[in-house]
Amino acid sequence: MLKDILKILEGDARVTPAQIATMTGLSQDEVVKVIRQAEKDRIILRYKTVINWEKVEADGAVWALIEVKVKPEPEAGFDAIATRIAQFPQVRSLYLASGTYDLLLVVSGETERKIADFVSENLSHLEGVQGTVTHFVLKRYKEDGEILDGGETSRRQPVVL
Amino acid sequence: MPVNANNRTKLSQVISERARRLSPSGIRKFFDLLAGMEGVISLGVGEPDYATPWHISEAAVKSLEKGYTMYTSNYGMPELRELLSRHIREKYGVEYDPYGEVLMTVGVSEALDLAMRAIVNPGDEVIMTDPHYVAYDSCVVLAEGKPVKVPTREEDGFEIDAADIEARVSPRTKAILIGYPANPTGAVMPREKLLAIAELARRRNLIVISDEIYARLTYGVEHTCFASLPGARDFTILLGGFSKAYAMTGWRIGYALAPKEIIAAMTKIHQYTIMSAPTPAQVAAIEALKNGEADVLAMVADYDRRRKVIVKGLNEIGLPCFEPKGAFYAFPSIRATGMSSEEFSEKLLMEEKVAVVPGSAFGQCGEGYVRCCYATSLAEIEEALERMSRFVKKYRR
Repeated sequence: MLKDILKILEGDARVTPAQIATMTGLSQDEVVKVIRQAEKDRIILRYKTVINWEKVEADGAVWALIEVKVKPEPEAGFDAIATRIAQFPQVRSLYLASGTYDLLLVVSGETERKIADFVSENLSHLEGVQGTVTHFVLKRYKEDGEILDGGETSRRQPVVL
Repeated sequence: MPVNANNRTKLSQVISERARRLSPSGIRKFFDLLAGMEGVISLGVGEPDYATPWHISEAAVKSLEKGYTMYTSNYGMPELRELLSRHIREKYGVEYDPYGEVLMTVGVSEALDLAMRAIVNPGDEVIMTDPHYVAYDSCVVLAEGKPVKVPTREEDGFEIDAADIEARVSPRTKAILIGYPANPTGAVMPREKLLAIAELARRRNLIVISDEIYARLTYGVEHTCFASLPGARDFTILLGGFSKAYAMTGWRIGYALAPKEIIAAMTKIHQYTIMSAPTPAQVAAIEALKNGEADVLAMVADYDRRRKVIVKGLNEIGLPCFEPKGAFYAFPSIRATGMSSEEFSEKLLMEEKVAVVPGSAFGQCGEGYVRCCYATSLAEIEEALERMSRFVKKYRR
Protein backbone atom coordinates (compact mmCIF):
# COMPACT_ATOMS: atom_id res chain seq x y z
CA MET A 1 0.00 0.00 0.00
CA LEU A 2 2.82 2.38 0.89
CA LYS A 3 4.39 1.66 -2.48
CA ASP A 4 1.13 2.38 -4.34
CA ILE A 5 0.77 5.71 -2.58
CA LEU A 6 4.41 6.64 -3.21
CA LYS A 7 4.11 5.82 -6.90
CA ILE A 8 1.07 8.08 -7.22
CA LEU A 9 2.78 10.95 -5.37
CA GLU A 10 6.01 10.51 -7.28
CA GLY A 11 4.08 11.10 -10.50
CA ASP A 12 2.08 14.04 -9.18
CA ALA A 13 2.66 15.43 -5.70
CA ARG A 14 -0.56 17.42 -5.83
CA VAL A 15 -2.90 14.41 -5.85
CA THR A 16 -4.98 14.80 -2.70
CA PRO A 17 -5.41 12.15 0.00
CA ALA A 18 -9.08 11.93 -1.04
CA GLN A 19 -8.09 11.11 -4.61
CA ILE A 20 -5.47 8.62 -3.46
CA ALA A 21 -8.12 7.00 -1.27
CA THR A 22 -10.37 6.56 -4.33
CA MET A 23 -7.53 5.14 -6.39
CA THR A 24 -6.28 2.68 -3.81
CA GLY A 25 -9.50 1.73 -2.03
CA LEU A 26 -8.06 2.82 1.34
CA SER A 27 -9.89 5.28 3.56
CA GLN A 28 -8.76 8.87 3.47
CA ASP A 29 -7.62 8.66 7.09
CA GLU A 30 -5.46 5.64 6.31
CA VAL A 31 -3.87 7.44 3.38
CA VAL A 32 -3.08 10.49 5.50
CA LYS A 33 -1.60 8.24 8.16
CA VAL A 34 0.63 6.38 5.69
CA ILE A 35 1.84 9.66 4.16
CA ARG A 36 2.58 11.23 7.56
CA GLN A 37 4.54 8.17 8.60
CA ALA A 38 6.49 8.19 5.33
CA GLU A 39 7.34 11.85 5.89
CA LYS A 40 8.42 11.09 9.44
CA ASP A 41 10.59 8.19 8.29
CA ARG A 42 12.13 10.46 5.66
CA ILE A 43 10.89 8.16 2.90
CA ILE A 44 9.14 11.21 1.49
CA LEU A 45 11.75 13.96 1.69
CA ARG A 46 10.09 16.87 -0.04
CA TYR A 47 7.36 17.77 -2.55
CA LYS A 48 8.89 19.57 -5.49
CA THR A 49 7.95 20.99 -8.87
CA VAL A 50 9.78 20.27 -12.11
CA ILE A 51 10.20 23.61 -13.86
CA ASN A 52 11.54 24.54 -17.26
CA TRP A 53 13.29 27.71 -16.12
CA GLU A 54 14.67 28.44 -19.54
CA LYS A 55 11.17 29.45 -20.58
CA VAL A 56 11.01 32.00 -17.78
CA GLU A 57 14.44 33.64 -17.73
CA ALA A 58 17.08 33.60 -20.43
CA ASP A 59 20.07 33.77 -18.08
CA GLY A 60 19.01 31.85 -15.01
CA ALA A 61 21.15 29.67 -12.78
CA VAL A 62 24.25 27.98 -14.13
CA TRP A 63 24.57 24.26 -13.59
CA ALA A 64 27.60 22.04 -13.66
CA LEU A 65 28.42 18.37 -13.27
CA ILE A 66 31.65 17.92 -11.33
CA GLU A 67 33.60 14.71 -11.24
CA VAL A 68 35.69 14.34 -8.11
CA LYS A 69 38.47 11.86 -7.53
CA VAL A 70 39.02 11.24 -3.82
CA LYS A 71 41.22 9.13 -1.60
CA PRO A 72 38.95 7.01 0.58
CA GLU A 73 39.62 7.11 4.31
CA PRO A 74 40.76 3.92 6.03
CA GLU A 75 37.67 3.54 8.24
CA ALA A 76 34.90 5.64 6.73
CA GLY A 77 35.63 4.96 3.03
CA PHE A 78 33.93 7.54 0.83
CA ASP A 79 31.14 8.38 3.27
CA ALA A 80 33.05 10.87 5.41
CA ILE A 81 34.18 13.09 2.54
CA ALA A 82 30.86 12.70 0.72
CA THR A 83 28.93 13.82 3.79
CA ARG A 84 31.16 16.88 4.05
CA ILE A 85 30.70 17.82 0.39
CA ALA A 86 26.94 17.35 0.74
CA GLN A 87 26.86 20.17 3.29
CA PHE A 88 27.51 22.84 0.65
CA PRO A 89 24.19 24.32 -0.46
CA GLN A 90 25.51 24.69 -4.03
CA VAL A 91 25.62 20.90 -4.28
CA ARG A 92 22.17 19.86 -5.46
CA SER A 93 22.86 16.16 -5.91
CA LEU A 94 25.78 13.97 -4.99
CA TYR A 95 26.47 10.40 -6.02
CA LEU A 96 29.21 7.84 -5.53
CA ALA A 97 29.84 6.37 -8.94
CA SER A 98 31.81 3.53 -10.47
CA GLY A 99 34.31 4.30 -13.22
CA THR A 100 37.14 6.76 -13.66
CA TYR A 101 36.12 9.08 -10.84
CA ASP A 102 34.50 8.56 -7.47
CA LEU A 103 31.97 11.27 -6.71
CA LEU A 104 29.64 13.05 -9.12
CA LEU A 105 28.26 16.39 -8.02
CA VAL A 106 25.43 18.32 -9.57
CA VAL A 107 26.13 21.94 -8.66
CA SER A 108 24.22 25.14 -9.32
CA GLY A 109 25.34 28.74 -9.02
CA GLU A 110 24.31 32.22 -10.11
CA THR A 111 27.26 32.53 -12.51
CA GLU A 112 30.06 30.40 -13.91
CA ARG A 113 32.43 32.45 -11.77
CA LYS A 114 30.66 31.36 -8.59
CA ILE A 115 30.88 27.71 -9.57
CA ALA A 116 34.57 28.16 -10.43
CA ASP A 117 35.10 29.73 -7.02
CA PHE A 118 33.33 26.84 -5.33
CA VAL A 119 35.63 24.37 -7.05
CA SER A 120 38.87 26.22 -6.44
CA GLU A 121 38.17 27.55 -2.95
CA ASN A 122 35.93 24.96 -1.34
CA LEU A 123 36.10 21.66 -3.11
CA SER A 124 39.72 21.25 -4.12
CA HIS A 125 40.99 22.20 -0.66
CA LEU A 126 39.14 19.40 1.08
CA GLU A 127 41.41 16.75 2.47
CA GLY A 128 41.22 13.63 0.32
CA VAL A 129 40.17 15.39 -2.87
CA GLN A 130 42.74 14.46 -5.50
CA GLY A 131 41.29 16.07 -8.56
CA THR A 132 38.17 17.55 -10.16
CA VAL A 133 36.73 17.86 -13.65
CA THR A 134 33.97 20.42 -14.17
CA HIS A 135 31.42 20.15 -16.97
CA PHE A 136 29.11 23.13 -17.41
CA VAL A 137 25.62 22.27 -18.54
CA LEU A 138 24.95 23.86 -21.95
CA LYS A 139 21.40 22.78 -22.56
CA ARG A 140 18.77 20.76 -20.80
CA TYR A 141 16.78 18.23 -22.79
CA LYS A 142 15.10 16.15 -20.13
CA GLU A 143 14.54 16.81 -16.46
CA ASP A 144 13.34 14.23 -13.97
CA GLY A 145 11.71 12.15 -16.68
CA GLU A 146 10.14 15.10 -18.47
CA ILE A 147 11.23 16.04 -21.99
CA LEU A 148 11.44 19.83 -21.88
CA ASP A 149 10.76 20.65 -25.49
CA GLY A 150 7.66 18.94 -26.80
CA GLY A 151 4.55 17.27 -25.52
CA GLU A 152 2.65 20.57 -25.25
CA THR A 153 0.07 19.75 -27.84
CA SER A 154 -2.05 16.67 -27.87
CA ARG A 155 -1.72 14.68 -31.03
CA ARG A 156 -5.01 12.91 -30.46
CA GLN A 157 -8.19 13.51 -32.39
CA PRO A 158 -10.72 14.94 -29.93
CA VAL A 159 -13.43 12.40 -30.72
CA VAL A 160 -12.94 8.82 -31.86
CA LEU A 161 -15.78 6.33 -31.88
CA MET B 1 -13.25 18.53 -66.68
CA PRO B 2 -14.46 21.51 -64.64
CA VAL B 3 -16.53 20.60 -61.61
CA ASN B 4 -19.82 22.43 -61.62
CA ALA B 5 -23.01 22.05 -59.60
CA ASN B 6 -24.61 19.97 -62.28
CA ASN B 7 -21.71 17.62 -62.37
CA ARG B 8 -21.77 17.24 -58.62
CA THR B 9 -25.37 16.00 -58.58
CA LYS B 10 -24.41 13.46 -61.17
CA LEU B 11 -21.46 12.34 -59.04
CA SER B 12 -23.69 11.74 -56.05
CA GLN B 13 -25.65 9.38 -58.25
CA VAL B 14 -22.63 7.26 -59.00
CA ILE B 15 -22.26 6.26 -55.35
CA SER B 16 -22.95 2.55 -54.96
CA GLU B 17 -26.01 1.15 -53.24
CA ARG B 18 -23.66 -0.49 -50.78
CA ALA B 19 -22.01 2.74 -49.76
CA ARG B 20 -25.36 4.48 -49.56
CA ARG B 21 -26.75 1.77 -47.32
CA LEU B 22 -24.10 2.52 -44.70
CA SER B 23 -25.59 4.73 -42.04
CA PRO B 24 -23.66 7.98 -41.71
CA SER B 25 -21.89 8.53 -38.42
CA GLY B 26 -24.58 9.78 -36.06
CA ILE B 27 -22.46 12.54 -34.66
CA ARG B 28 -21.11 14.30 -37.72
CA LYS B 29 -22.64 17.53 -36.48
CA PHE B 30 -20.82 17.03 -33.21
CA PHE B 31 -17.44 16.77 -34.94
CA ASP B 32 -18.19 20.00 -36.79
CA LEU B 33 -19.06 21.79 -33.56
CA LEU B 34 -15.81 20.62 -32.00
CA ALA B 35 -13.59 21.81 -34.80
CA GLY B 36 -12.11 25.15 -33.91
CA MET B 37 -13.28 25.21 -30.29
CA GLU B 38 -10.65 26.15 -27.71
CA GLY B 39 -10.29 24.87 -24.18
CA VAL B 40 -12.24 21.68 -24.70
CA ILE B 41 -11.57 18.75 -22.41
CA SER B 42 -12.19 15.66 -24.44
CA LEU B 43 -13.46 12.46 -22.87
CA GLY B 44 -14.53 11.54 -26.39
CA VAL B 45 -11.39 9.77 -27.48
CA GLY B 46 -11.00 6.05 -28.03
CA GLU B 47 -7.30 5.58 -27.55
CA PRO B 48 -4.60 5.69 -24.87
CA ASP B 49 -3.14 9.06 -23.90
CA TYR B 50 0.32 7.51 -23.84
CA ALA B 51 2.67 7.64 -26.76
CA THR B 52 3.94 4.21 -27.79
CA PRO B 53 6.67 3.03 -25.36
CA TRP B 54 9.91 4.26 -26.88
CA HIS B 55 11.67 0.90 -27.18
CA ILE B 56 8.82 -0.21 -29.45
CA SER B 57 9.00 2.89 -31.65
CA GLU B 58 12.77 2.64 -31.72
CA ALA B 59 12.64 -0.92 -33.04
CA ALA B 60 10.66 0.40 -36.01
CA VAL B 61 13.05 3.32 -36.52
CA LYS B 62 16.02 0.96 -36.54
CA SER B 63 14.29 -1.35 -39.00
CA LEU B 64 13.77 1.58 -41.38
CA GLU B 65 17.46 2.46 -41.08
CA LYS B 66 18.28 -1.12 -41.99
CA GLY B 67 16.01 -0.97 -45.02
CA TYR B 68 13.04 -3.06 -43.88
CA THR B 69 10.75 -1.14 -46.19
CA MET B 70 9.36 -3.91 -48.36
CA TYR B 71 6.18 -6.02 -48.26
CA THR B 72 6.13 -8.97 -45.92
CA SER B 73 4.39 -12.31 -46.39
CA ASN B 74 0.63 -11.78 -46.85
CA TYR B 75 0.13 -13.45 -43.48
CA GLY B 76 2.68 -11.19 -41.79
CA MET B 77 6.29 -11.71 -40.72
CA PRO B 78 6.91 -15.32 -39.57
CA GLU B 79 8.70 -14.15 -36.42
CA LEU B 80 5.73 -12.03 -35.44
CA ARG B 81 3.25 -14.83 -36.08
CA GLU B 82 5.36 -17.20 -34.01
CA LEU B 83 5.64 -14.74 -31.14
CA LEU B 84 1.92 -13.99 -31.25
CA SER B 85 1.04 -17.66 -31.31
CA ARG B 86 3.27 -18.19 -28.25
CA HIS B 87 1.79 -15.13 -26.51
CA ILE B 88 -1.78 -16.43 -26.97
CA ARG B 89 -0.76 -19.91 -25.79
CA GLU B 90 0.97 -18.57 -22.69
CA LYS B 91 -1.81 -16.13 -21.81
CA TYR B 92 -4.90 -18.18 -22.59
CA GLY B 93 -3.75 -21.73 -23.28
CA VAL B 94 -5.02 -21.82 -26.88
CA GLU B 95 -2.87 -23.21 -29.67
CA TYR B 96 -2.73 -21.56 -33.11
CA ASP B 97 -0.36 -22.70 -35.83
CA PRO B 98 1.66 -19.62 -36.84
CA TYR B 99 1.76 -21.06 -40.36
CA GLY B 100 -1.85 -21.05 -41.52
CA GLU B 101 -3.93 -20.03 -38.53
CA VAL B 102 -2.54 -16.54 -37.87
CA LEU B 103 -3.05 -13.45 -40.04
CA MET B 104 -1.61 -10.01 -39.28
CA THR B 105 -3.96 -7.21 -40.34
CA VAL B 106 -4.19 -3.43 -40.55
CA GLY B 107 -5.61 -3.00 -37.08
CA VAL B 108 -8.40 -5.13 -35.72
CA SER B 109 -10.71 -3.09 -37.99
CA GLU B 110 -9.43 -4.85 -41.07
CA ALA B 111 -9.60 -8.22 -39.33
CA LEU B 112 -13.26 -7.59 -38.51
CA ASP B 113 -14.06 -6.66 -42.11
CA LEU B 114 -12.21 -9.72 -43.42
CA ALA B 115 -14.00 -12.03 -41.01
CA MET B 116 -17.38 -10.75 -42.20
CA ARG B 117 -16.54 -10.92 -45.87
CA ALA B 118 -15.06 -14.39 -45.46
CA ILE B 119 -18.10 -15.99 -43.85
CA VAL B 120 -21.22 -13.89 -44.57
CA ASN B 121 -23.38 -14.60 -47.65
CA PRO B 122 -25.92 -12.01 -48.78
CA GLY B 123 -28.83 -12.12 -46.35
CA ASP B 124 -26.94 -14.01 -43.63
CA GLU B 125 -27.63 -12.75 -40.15
CA VAL B 126 -25.00 -11.81 -37.59
CA ILE B 127 -26.10 -11.41 -34.01
CA MET B 128 -24.47 -8.69 -31.89
CA THR B 129 -25.13 -6.66 -28.77
CA ASP B 130 -26.84 -3.30 -28.66
CA PRO B 131 -25.00 -1.04 -27.79
CA HIS B 132 -21.97 -2.13 -29.78
CA TYR B 133 -18.81 -0.69 -31.31
CA VAL B 134 -19.81 1.48 -34.31
CA ALA B 135 -18.12 -0.61 -36.98
CA TYR B 136 -19.84 -3.88 -36.08
CA ASP B 137 -23.10 -3.44 -37.93
CA SER B 138 -21.50 -1.53 -40.82
CA CYS B 139 -19.07 -4.38 -41.45
CA VAL B 140 -21.97 -6.80 -41.63
CA VAL B 141 -23.86 -4.47 -43.99
CA LEU B 142 -20.79 -4.13 -46.22
CA ALA B 143 -20.68 -7.92 -46.45
CA GLU B 144 -24.36 -7.75 -47.46
CA GLY B 145 -25.41 -9.50 -44.28
CA LYS B 146 -28.02 -8.42 -41.79
CA PRO B 147 -27.10 -7.29 -38.27
CA VAL B 148 -29.44 -8.61 -35.60
CA LYS B 149 -29.23 -6.78 -32.29
CA VAL B 150 -29.63 -8.19 -28.80
CA PRO B 151 -30.42 -5.42 -26.31
CA THR B 152 -28.13 -5.38 -23.27
CA ARG B 153 -28.89 -3.43 -20.14
CA GLU B 154 -27.11 -1.67 -17.37
CA GLU B 155 -28.93 -3.83 -14.77
CA ASP B 156 -27.16 -6.86 -16.27
CA GLY B 157 -23.83 -5.06 -16.48
CA PHE B 158 -24.31 -4.85 -20.27
CA GLU B 159 -23.56 -8.57 -20.48
CA ILE B 160 -25.18 -10.64 -23.21
CA ASP B 161 -27.15 -13.81 -22.38
CA ALA B 162 -27.13 -16.99 -24.44
CA ALA B 163 -30.92 -17.25 -24.04
CA ASP B 164 -31.43 -13.79 -25.54
CA ILE B 165 -29.17 -14.74 -28.44
CA GLU B 166 -30.97 -18.03 -29.00
CA ALA B 167 -34.34 -16.24 -29.17
CA ARG B 168 -33.00 -14.43 -32.23
CA VAL B 169 -31.32 -17.35 -33.99
CA SER B 170 -32.99 -18.05 -37.34
CA PRO B 171 -32.17 -20.37 -40.23
CA ARG B 172 -30.18 -17.45 -41.71
CA THR B 173 -28.05 -16.87 -38.63
CA LYS B 174 -24.40 -17.33 -39.50
CA ALA B 175 -22.47 -15.89 -36.62
CA ILE B 176 -22.43 -14.23 -33.23
CA LEU B 177 -20.18 -11.19 -32.94
CA ILE B 178 -19.11 -10.28 -29.43
CA GLY B 179 -16.68 -7.65 -28.24
CA TYR B 180 -15.72 -7.86 -24.57
CA PRO B 181 -14.28 -5.95 -22.74
CA ALA B 182 -16.73 -3.69 -24.47
CA ASN B 183 -16.62 -0.38 -26.23
CA PRO B 184 -18.64 1.74 -25.29
CA THR B 185 -19.74 0.26 -21.96
CA GLY B 186 -16.53 -1.07 -20.40
CA ALA B 187 -18.41 -4.28 -19.58
CA VAL B 188 -16.64 -7.63 -19.29
CA MET B 189 -18.26 -11.05 -19.61
CA PRO B 190 -18.11 -13.63 -16.83
CA ARG B 191 -16.78 -17.00 -17.91
CA GLU B 192 -20.05 -18.88 -17.24
CA LYS B 193 -22.00 -16.67 -19.61
CA LEU B 194 -19.38 -17.18 -22.32
CA LEU B 195 -19.58 -20.94 -21.73
CA ALA B 196 -23.34 -20.78 -22.36
CA ILE B 197 -22.75 -18.90 -25.61
CA ALA B 198 -20.15 -21.46 -26.67
CA GLU B 199 -22.61 -24.26 -25.96
CA LEU B 200 -25.29 -22.47 -28.01
CA ALA B 201 -22.92 -21.85 -30.91
CA ARG B 202 -21.87 -25.49 -30.98
CA ARG B 203 -25.47 -26.74 -30.82
CA ARG B 204 -26.76 -24.36 -33.50
CA ASN B 205 -23.67 -24.57 -35.68
CA LEU B 206 -22.73 -20.88 -35.49
CA ILE B 207 -19.42 -19.10 -35.85
CA VAL B 208 -18.38 -16.83 -33.00
CA ILE B 209 -16.34 -13.78 -33.90
CA SER B 210 -14.74 -12.54 -30.71
CA ASP B 211 -13.21 -9.08 -30.86
CA GLU B 212 -10.79 -9.02 -27.93
CA ILE B 213 -8.95 -5.79 -28.67
CA TYR B 214 -9.35 -4.69 -25.02
CA ALA B 215 -8.34 -8.08 -23.58
CA ARG B 216 -5.36 -6.71 -21.66
CA LEU B 217 -7.32 -3.85 -20.11
CA THR B 218 -9.27 -5.46 -17.29
CA TYR B 219 -9.38 -4.38 -13.68
CA GLY B 220 -9.58 -6.88 -10.85
CA VAL B 221 -11.03 -9.57 -13.13
CA GLU B 222 -9.42 -12.08 -15.49
CA HIS B 223 -10.18 -11.81 -19.17
CA THR B 224 -11.60 -15.02 -20.62
CA CYS B 225 -10.48 -15.64 -24.18
CA PHE B 226 -13.47 -17.09 -26.01
CA ALA B 227 -11.34 -19.50 -28.03
CA SER B 228 -9.96 -20.95 -24.79
CA LEU B 229 -13.36 -22.37 -23.79
CA PRO B 230 -13.59 -26.15 -24.24
CA GLY B 231 -14.04 -26.95 -27.94
CA ALA B 232 -14.71 -23.31 -28.88
CA ARG B 233 -11.52 -22.86 -30.86
CA ASP B 234 -12.99 -24.78 -33.80
CA PHE B 235 -15.82 -22.30 -34.41
CA THR B 236 -14.18 -19.09 -33.19
CA ILE B 237 -12.55 -16.27 -35.10
CA LEU B 238 -10.41 -14.54 -32.49
CA LEU B 239 -9.59 -10.90 -33.27
CA GLY B 240 -7.14 -8.69 -31.43
CA GLY B 241 -4.50 -6.06 -31.88
CA PHE B 242 -1.76 -3.95 -30.38
CA SER B 243 -3.53 -0.57 -30.36
CA LYS B 244 -5.01 -0.46 -26.89
CA ALA B 245 -2.65 -2.59 -24.80
CA TYR B 246 0.60 -1.14 -26.13
CA ALA B 247 -0.67 2.37 -27.00
CA MET B 248 -0.13 1.74 -30.71
CA THR B 249 -3.35 2.99 -32.32
CA GLY B 250 -1.67 4.92 -35.12
CA TRP B 251 0.49 1.97 -36.17
CA ARG B 252 -2.56 0.06 -37.41
CA ILE B 253 -1.57 -3.45 -36.47
CA GLY B 254 -3.97 -6.21 -35.48
CA TYR B 255 -4.59 -9.88 -36.11
CA ALA B 256 -7.02 -12.71 -36.65
CA LEU B 257 -6.57 -16.22 -35.31
CA ALA B 258 -8.86 -18.99 -36.53
CA PRO B 259 -8.95 -22.49 -38.00
CA LYS B 260 -6.99 -22.64 -41.23
CA GLU B 261 -9.97 -22.82 -43.64
CA ILE B 262 -11.21 -19.49 -42.32
CA ILE B 263 -7.78 -17.84 -42.21
CA ALA B 264 -7.19 -19.02 -45.78
CA ALA B 265 -10.38 -17.30 -46.96
CA MET B 266 -9.60 -14.12 -45.00
CA THR B 267 -6.05 -14.11 -46.33
CA LYS B 268 -7.32 -14.33 -49.90
CA ILE B 269 -9.30 -11.11 -49.44
CA HIS B 270 -6.46 -9.49 -47.49
CA GLN B 271 -4.00 -10.37 -50.25
CA TYR B 272 -6.07 -8.59 -52.90
CA THR B 273 -7.07 -5.56 -50.87
CA ILE B 274 -4.14 -4.91 -48.52
CA MET B 275 -1.16 -7.14 -49.49
CA SER B 276 0.39 -7.08 -46.05
CA ALA B 277 0.18 -5.14 -42.82
CA PRO B 278 2.67 -2.22 -42.67
CA THR B 279 6.18 -3.59 -42.22
CA PRO B 280 7.41 -1.04 -39.63
CA ALA B 281 4.29 -1.73 -37.57
CA GLN B 282 4.98 -5.45 -37.67
CA VAL B 283 8.54 -4.86 -36.47
CA ALA B 284 7.19 -2.69 -33.66
CA ALA B 285 4.69 -5.40 -32.75
CA ILE B 286 7.53 -7.92 -32.48
CA GLU B 287 9.30 -5.65 -29.99
CA ALA B 288 6.01 -5.13 -28.10
CA LEU B 289 5.52 -8.88 -27.69
CA LYS B 290 9.16 -9.45 -26.74
CA ASN B 291 9.67 -6.61 -24.27
CA GLY B 292 6.42 -4.75 -23.73
CA GLU B 293 4.84 -6.61 -20.83
CA ALA B 294 6.05 -4.20 -18.13
CA ASP B 295 4.67 -1.26 -20.12
CA VAL B 296 1.26 -2.91 -20.39
CA LEU B 297 1.12 -3.59 -16.66
CA ALA B 298 2.16 -0.03 -15.78
CA MET B 299 -0.42 1.51 -18.13
CA VAL B 300 -3.19 -0.78 -16.89
CA ALA B 301 -2.37 0.13 -13.28
CA ASP B 302 -2.59 3.79 -14.21
CA TYR B 303 -5.90 3.42 -16.11
CA ASP B 304 -7.28 1.62 -13.08
CA ARG B 305 -6.51 4.57 -10.80
CA ARG B 306 -8.22 6.99 -13.15
CA ARG B 307 -11.11 4.58 -13.64
CA LYS B 308 -11.80 4.64 -9.93
CA VAL B 309 -11.69 8.43 -9.83
CA ILE B 310 -14.07 8.94 -12.76
CA VAL B 311 -16.59 6.28 -11.71
CA LYS B 312 -16.79 7.66 -8.18
CA GLY B 313 -16.93 11.19 -9.50
CA LEU B 314 -19.72 10.51 -12.00
CA ASN B 315 -21.82 8.79 -9.36
CA GLU B 316 -21.29 11.69 -6.96
CA ILE B 317 -22.36 14.37 -9.43
CA GLY B 318 -25.63 12.60 -10.19
CA LEU B 319 -24.72 10.61 -13.29
CA PRO B 320 -25.09 7.03 -12.05
CA CYS B 321 -22.44 4.82 -13.54
CA PHE B 322 -22.09 1.06 -13.27
CA GLU B 323 -18.57 -0.15 -12.56
CA PRO B 324 -16.79 -0.85 -15.84
CA LYS B 325 -14.26 -3.64 -15.35
CA GLY B 326 -12.58 -3.39 -18.73
CA ALA B 327 -11.42 -1.13 -21.59
CA PHE B 328 -11.08 2.57 -20.68
CA TYR B 329 -14.64 3.83 -20.84
CA ALA B 330 -17.21 4.80 -18.26
CA PHE B 331 -20.82 4.75 -19.48
CA PRO B 332 -22.93 6.83 -17.09
CA SER B 333 -26.68 7.24 -17.34
CA ILE B 334 -27.79 10.79 -18.09
CA ARG B 335 -31.50 10.14 -17.57
CA ALA B 336 -31.58 12.47 -14.55
CA THR B 337 -31.34 15.41 -16.97
CA GLY B 338 -34.26 14.25 -19.09
CA MET B 339 -32.21 14.90 -22.21
CA SER B 340 -31.46 12.56 -25.08
CA SER B 341 -27.83 11.52 -25.11
CA GLU B 342 -27.19 13.56 -28.24
CA GLU B 343 -28.78 16.66 -26.75
CA PHE B 344 -26.80 16.15 -23.54
CA SER B 345 -23.51 15.78 -25.40
CA GLU B 346 -24.10 18.82 -27.59
CA LYS B 347 -25.18 21.07 -24.74
CA LEU B 348 -22.34 19.88 -22.52
CA LEU B 349 -19.88 20.71 -25.26
CA MET B 350 -21.35 24.13 -25.99
CA GLU B 351 -21.89 25.21 -22.39
CA GLU B 352 -19.05 23.54 -20.49
CA LYS B 353 -16.64 22.52 -23.22
CA VAL B 354 -16.48 18.89 -22.29
CA ALA B 355 -16.67 16.40 -25.14
CA VAL B 356 -18.30 13.02 -24.50
CA VAL B 357 -19.82 10.63 -27.03
CA PRO B 358 -23.61 10.16 -27.05
CA GLY B 359 -24.51 6.56 -26.26
CA SER B 360 -27.00 6.55 -29.12
CA ALA B 361 -24.06 6.52 -31.55
CA PHE B 362 -23.58 2.90 -30.46
CA GLY B 363 -27.16 1.72 -30.93
CA GLN B 364 -30.63 2.31 -29.55
CA CYS B 365 -29.79 0.76 -26.20
CA GLY B 366 -27.05 3.33 -25.76
CA GLU B 367 -29.70 6.05 -25.60
CA GLY B 368 -29.75 7.61 -22.16
CA TYR B 369 -26.02 7.14 -21.69
CA VAL B 370 -22.81 8.87 -22.73
CA ARG B 371 -19.37 7.37 -23.22
CA CYS B 372 -16.57 8.98 -21.21
CA CYS B 373 -13.05 7.84 -21.93
CA TYR B 374 -10.78 8.07 -18.89
CA ALA B 375 -7.52 7.61 -20.81
CA THR B 376 -6.74 11.23 -20.12
CA SER B 377 -4.81 13.00 -17.36
CA LEU B 378 -6.14 12.99 -13.84
CA ALA B 379 -6.20 16.79 -13.79
CA GLU B 380 -8.40 16.80 -16.90
CA ILE B 381 -10.71 14.17 -15.47
CA GLU B 382 -11.13 16.24 -12.30
CA GLU B 383 -11.78 19.41 -14.28
CA ALA B 384 -14.24 17.61 -16.57
CA LEU B 385 -16.10 16.24 -13.54
CA GLU B 386 -16.36 19.72 -12.09
CA ARG B 387 -17.78 21.13 -15.31
CA MET B 388 -20.18 18.22 -15.69
CA SER B 389 -21.32 18.63 -12.10
CA ARG B 390 -22.22 22.26 -12.79
CA PHE B 391 -24.07 21.18 -15.91
CA VAL B 392 -26.04 18.42 -14.19
CA LYS B 393 -27.04 20.73 -11.33
CA LYS B 394 -28.41 23.19 -13.84
CA TYR B 395 -30.50 20.67 -15.75
CA ARG B 396 -31.41 18.00 -13.22
CA ARG B 397 -35.14 17.38 -13.04
